[in-house]
Amino acid sequence: MDITEVPMNQDNKGNKKKNKKPKKKSAAQEGNNDGGGVEEKEEKKMEKSEPAFPPTFSVSEIKNKQRRHLMFMKFKQEKRRQKLQLRKQKKKERQALGDKAPPKEVPKTIENQRVFDETTVDPQDEEIAFDEGTDEFSAYFNGLTNPKVLITTSDRPRGRTTRFCEQLATVIPDAHVYYRRGLALKRIIPQCVARNFTYLMVINEDRQAPNGLVLCHLPDGPTAHFKVSNVRLRKEIKRRGKDPSEHSPEVILNNFGTRLGHTVGRLFAALFPQNPQFVGRQVVTFHNQRDFIFFRFHRYIFKNEKKVGIQELGPRFTLKLRSLQKGTFDSKYGEYEWVLKRHEMDACRRKFQL
Amino acid sequence: MGDQSRLCSVWLGSETGILKGVSLGRKQAFNFCNTSHLSRDQEVRALCWLDEAESELLVGSVDGTVKTFSTEKGAFTDARSCGDPAEGCFCGLAALGGSAIITCAESGALRVWREDSREPVTELHAGTHVCRMRQSPVHAHKVATGGKENGLKVWDLQRPEEPLFAAKNLRDDWLDLRRPHWVKDMAFIPGSDKLVTCTAHHQVHVFDPSTPQRRPVLEAEYGEYPLTALALPAGGGSVVVGNTQGQVAVLDLRKGLVRGVLKGLAGGVRGLQCHPSLPLVASCGLDRFLRIHGLEDRRLQHKVYLKSRLNCLLLGSRAEEGGEEAAGAEQEVKEEEDEVWDAMEKVEEKVEEEEKVETKRKTTEEEETQKNKKKKKKK
Repeated sequence: MDITEVPMNQDNKGNKKKNKKPKKKSAAQEGNNDGGGVEEKEEKKMEKSEPAFPPTFSVSEIKNKQRRHLMFMKFKQEKRRQKLQLRKQKKKERQALGDKAPPKEVPKTIENQRVFDETTVDPQDEEIAFDEGTDEFSAYFNGLTNPKVLITTSDRPRGRTTRFCEQLATVIPDAHVYYRRGLALKRIIPQCVARNFTYLMVINEDRQAPNGLVLCHLPDGPTAHFKVSNVRLRKEIKRRGKDPSEHSPEVILNNFGTRLGHTVGRLFAALFPQNPQFVGRQVVTFHNQRDFIFFRFHRYIFKNEKKVGIQELGPRFTLKLRSLQKGTFDSKYGEYEWVLKRHEMDACRRKFQL
Repeated sequence: MGDQSRLCSVWLGSETGILKGVSLGRKQAFNFCNTSHLSRDQEVRALCWLDEAESELLVGSVDGTVKTFSTEKGAFTDARSCGDPAEGCFCGLAALGGSAIITCAESGALRVWREDSREPVTELHAGTHVCRMRQSPVHAHKVATGGKENGLKVWDLQRPEEPLFAAKNLRDDWLDLRRPHWVKDMAFIPGSDKLVTCTAHHQVHVFDPSTPQRRPVLEAEYGEYPLTALALPAGGGSVVVGNTQGQVAVLDLRKGLVRGVLKGLAGGVRGLQCHPSLPLVASCGLDRFLRIHGLEDRRLQHKVYLKSRLNCLLLGSRAEEGGEEAAGAEQEVKEEEDEVWDAMEKVEEKVEEEEKVETKRKTTEEEETQKNKKKKKKK
C-alpha cells in the first residue's frame, strides 16, 4: 500500500486552506441564502462517506488508522474498477472497428527503454573488425590453439564449491580441477602457460558457497572478474536429464552488443572447442540481459521439424561482470579496461554496459 | 584530408596504429592512417608537436619508426627508423629545435637524431626500464627520465655523461625496509626549477633540483592503485593525476590534498593533458573514450567514442574553436542591440530639450532593458 507521507506542517496549512475555501464559499452563500449553508454542510458529510472523493481531499488526512485503511482500500478498488472499465471499452472499440483498429500499444519495458549505447558494435565496422581480429583471442579464433582450462578455487574450499567445480569440469571439455593449496596466482600463471593451458578459472568461495569467478585468458589475455550468484547444483535442478556426455557442446551467446560485451562474449566462446559435436546434442547458453549473464546447460532433441524438447543438465548460475583487466591477473599493478563503478554506472536504470 | 586535419583540435594515438583527430566544435572524429593495411606493429606509443606553430606532429610506433604528420596537408610526410623494437617501445618523444628529434626507449637508450644522418648524434643511457621521458618546456635541451626502480634523473643533452639531478629514493620505512620505487610519469613545473612525478605506488612527489635535497620536497598519496598519467593545469599550484582504475583527481601542490575528482572514466588512464590557456583537461584511456572535463566545475564537457584503445593524446592550442565562435557571435548580437538602442535615442526629439529628454529616455530604456533581462532570467 503506497501511503504518501505529507509532512505535518504542510498538512496543517493544507487543512487550513482547504477549510477556509469551503467556509468562505459557505459564508458567501449564507449571505445570499440561509438554507444554502445547511445544505453545503450536509453535502460535506455526504462527500466524506461516499467513495467518490472531491479533488481537494486526500486519504492521508484521516487520523484514525482503521478508517484511513478502509478509505484507502475503497480508493484502490475504485481505481481498479475504472481501469477495468477502460480496458473493456477499448476491447469493445477494437472489436467494433475490426481491421481498422489502431495497433496495440507496446508496453514499456526496461529493455525497450534502454539508453542507446554509442559503443554498440556495427558489424561492418572495419576498425573494430581489425581490433578483434588481432586481439588476444585471435589465436583461438584462427584455430591455432585448443582450449585447456584449469579450474581452481580460493584456499580451503568447502562443500558446494568443490561440487560446483567438479560439475563445471564436466561441462567444459578438457578442464582440470586442481586443489589450490594456498598458492599465489601470479606464480601459478607462468606454470600454466608452460603447460599450454589457455584459461585459468578461479572460483571464489564465501561461507561455503561460490560467489566470485576470476577468468584469466592465459598467454597474456584479459582477466575478467565476475560476481556469481544463484548457483544451482545438479541435484537441485528439477526435471533434469542424465549426466552430460563427453561431447563438446554448442555455445550460444545472446545479447552481447556493445564493445565490452563483444570482449566478454569472446572470452566465453574461447572456453569451448571450436568444432562442437552435434551428435552429443548438448548446448551451453550464456544469455546477457540487463548486464546479468545467465549460464545454462541443456540437452535438446528435435521431435519433428518444429518441436524441440530440452532437458536441463548441469549447473546453473548467474554472473555479473565487475572488472575487466588487460593482461594476466595482477590486481595491484594491472591496468583495468573496465571497472564497475556502481554510483556512476548504476545511477540510470535504463543504461547497460554489456 | 587537409580540411579535416585543420579542424582537429585533439590528436590521439591508438593501439591499432591509427592516428585520430577530433574536432570538438563539430563533434567529429577522423582517422588518419599511414598504410591501407593496418597492423599492430604500428601501435602508436608517443605523440608530440614538432614545432611551436603546431603544424606538424611526430608519431612514434612500436616498431621503432617515427613518422611526421602534417596537420595542414592531412597526411604523413616523413618516416624514419629510430631504434629497434627489441629495445622496447618509445616511452618519450620530443623535438629539439625543429630539425632534431629526441627519442627514449624502454631499455633506457636516449638518443638525439638529426634529419640527415641515420645514426644518432648523441646517445645516453638512462638506466633500465624507463617508463617516461619528458622535455622541459623552457630549456629544450633539458630532459627528465624515470622508470621502475629507476629514479627521476634530469639530463642536459649537451653533457651526456652525468645527469644534472638524480633523485634519491625515499627513506626506509618504519620497518627499515627499502621503499619500492616506480616512477610512471613526470612534468616540469613552469616558472621554477621543480618537477612533479607520479609513481605506481600511488604517490606524487615534487622535487626541487635547486636545493641540495635530493629527496622529494613534497610527498602526497592518492588512492590505492598505480598512477599512470599526470598533467599540469595552466593555473599552477595543482596537478591532475589518473590511475589504472579510471580515477582522475586534481591534487593541490601546496599541501598534497585532493581538491576534487573528475568522474566518468571506466578504464585505466593512459593520457592526460591540460589545455595551455583554457581550464580544460583531456583524458584518454583503455575504455576507448576521449573525455574533456572543465577544471573549475569538474564537469564532463565532451565525450567521444573512438573505437580502439587509446595510448596517448595531444591537445592543440586551437581547441574549443566552436566555443570561441559562439562567444563571438553573442558579442556581435549584443553590439547590434546596442546599436539599435543608440539609433532609437538619436532619432527622437528636439535639440534643447533633447538632453533632459534623452537622459530620461535613456534611464527609462535602460530600466526597460533591465526589466526585460530580469524577466527573461526568471522565465
